[in-house]
Amino acid sequence: MTGPRTLFDKIWQAHEVCVTPSGASLIAIDRVFLHERTGAAALKSMAVAGRLVRDPARVFTVMDHIVDTRPGRGDQTLMAGGQAFITETREAALAAGITLFDVTDPDQGITHVISPELGIVLPGVTLVAPDSHTCTQGALGALAWGIGSSEAEHAMATGVLRLSHPGTMRVSWTGVLAPGVNAKDMALHLIASHGTAGGGGRELEFAGIAVRALDVEARMTLCNMATEFAAMSAIIAPDETTFAWLAGRRYAPASFDHPHWAGLVSDDEARFDAEIAIDASTIAPMVTWGTSPEQAIAVDGTVPQGPARAHDYIGLAAGQAIKGVPIDAAFLGSCTNARLSDLRRAAMLLKGRRIAPSIRKALVVPGSSAVKRAAEAEGLHHLFEAAGFEWRESGCSLCFYAGGEGFDPGSRTISSTNRNFEGRQGPGIRTHIASPETVVASALAGAIADPRELAE
Amino acid sequence: MTPFTKLTSRAIPILQGNIDTDTIIPSREMKSTGRTGLADGLFAPWRYIEGRKPNPAFALNQPEYASAQVIAGGANFGCGSSREHAVWALAEWGIRAVIAPSFAPIFAGNCLRNGLLTIALPAEAVAKLAGQAVTIDLAAQTVTCAGETWQFAIGEETKAMLLEGLDAIDLTLKSLPEIESWTARDRAARPWVYLT
Ligand code: SF4
Repeated sequence: MTGPRTLFDKIWQAHEVCVTPSGASLIAIDRVFLHERTGAAALKSMAVAGRLVRDPARVFTVMDHIVDTRPGRGDQTLMAGGQAFITETREAALAAGITLFDVTDPDQGITHVISPELGIVLPGVTLVAPDSHTCTQGALGALAWGIGSSEAEHAMATGVLRLSHPGTMRVSWTGVLAPGVNAKDMALHLIASHGTAGGGGRELEFAGIAVRALDVEARMTLCNMATEFAAMSAIIAPDETTFAWLAGRRYAPASFDHPHWAGLVSDDEARFDAEIAIDASTIAPMVTWGTSPEQAIAVDGTVPQGPARAHDYIGLAAGQAIKGVPIDAAFLGSCTNARLSDLRRAAMLLKGRRIAPSIRKALVVPGSSAVKRAAEAEGLHHLFEAAGFEWRESGCSLCFYAGGEGFDPGSRTISSTNRNFEGRQGPGIRTHIASPETVVASALAGAIADPRELAE
Repeated sequence: MTPFTKLTSRAIPILQGNIDTDTIIPSREMKSTGRTGLADGLFAPWRYIEGRKPNPAFALNQPEYASAQVIAGGANFGCGSSREHAVWALAEWGIRAVIAPSFAPIFAGNCLRNGLLTIALPAEAVAKLAGQAVTIDLAAQTVTCAGETWQFAIGEETKAMLLEGLDAIDLTLKSLPEIESWTARDRAARPWVYLT
């Protein structure tokens, strides 16, 4: 029975409590992470049903989605009724005895940024959150995936989830990334090449030398968009880079010497249900032209023929060059690309330059309060502000439109986020997703630009 | 939860690919922390025009689909945000099943937990039955429309839960002894996982 196994199957089997008569597995859940968008709802509904959180010490919640990001913030938000999400989540978290990272907590930040930062997610653990981008955390070698509120309740009330084996897919990345190309471009390239349904509900493993070469933060960027690929999640086997990055973090174990950690790899002969191979050296900086993440092209490419609805919404015709399309706004933030390394690379490109006068709104929103402090300690905020960006408190901010703060009507934005859906950043707002470098290069040019032309 | 057995309804055609949960219920329509009051915001970006007037071109507003309980959707239906509000809004509107070529995994899981059936059928079949009266028989795993019948796949567990309208948490709590003994063993093997 113990033939060669994938990393996913090792973690799955290690967490399989039992198999139900109808063939589902009860999989033990090591960590649950809530946020204020859905946290209060899940906790309140449990309370109404008279159900308790089985192990509150392993459940965490944070204010990231609705919380304001303007300086000096409190519980007030521009979203009508938004404050209730914050106050009700706080009350429900206190009542349930779970750990809360509140609005002004030094550890506040976007769920998928702070969970790794604090060592809450660890290699080999199972972690779920009622948030689709939980897949980000698979970069640490965890089985981490997004669920709905009912499943979050289920995990908190029982300590397990009822699951069917999702199947596995390995994406092997060979080659070396060209200068100016990074993990965001890898993710967009994968989705553009294989479509938004390409993952087919399977668990992805990202492997290969191009993945090994990525630092932990870049690995998170790569895993972040697995949900845009209809995957259950993505995982990267932990290595020395991972363990060194995690050492000393608050909730992480004191040492990673135990033989358990070394076993967290797919066996050489392990079989995956599907395989994709990509030569990373062929990838260019990518940008989306339409309203789905699969509608992504090289920044020096031309808009292809797509669904009429996407062309109508975005206002670009087939055959048009994407480079040079004027933009009105720039957003650097989100769980995809707002970690310290992202901000550093972006700030370096801005040094001594100013964004185009036609840009009406340009925001930098650090992924966590800790990222914000670290960036300020390096003086990055001065570079952003001198260039014309607003420097914000941490949160999801305008990665999505909650009904409060927004971009000017009709704005076309260049955004380091993960979703370019119709209305995602506000009704009628046209979003182009790209890497932090491309966001900054475009903000400087006032039009979609190739970051390779900026770097001297 | 209401059991799902057999159902006959028109299939509301909403056939665009990649229909995301922000479109099914935009964040700005989720005005309370509860699970109700969401039907009004269902498909708001497509259902309403200026001044929140019904858009006559959108299927949900057309009289022939007024009491329909089935949606015929495009591929990768329900992609995007994990918000279960999308399913709550559909359920509140009266939808019991969605037929599409493929579904986003989190959306499909959310449907199951709320008694909605997701049926994956080839795109040609979905195109044929869109707008028509369809009969779904869960026990037989069939969709019938205008004399044609398609078989669909579904996991045994999912099927049983929907047929009987079972509550997943109640069901799982029956395995509490196994969960507790597993946890005790695991605590010894992986102490770092346990924070108390
Ligand atoms: S930053 Fe954006 S994608 Fe990430 S969790 Fe927040 S809203 Fe979701």
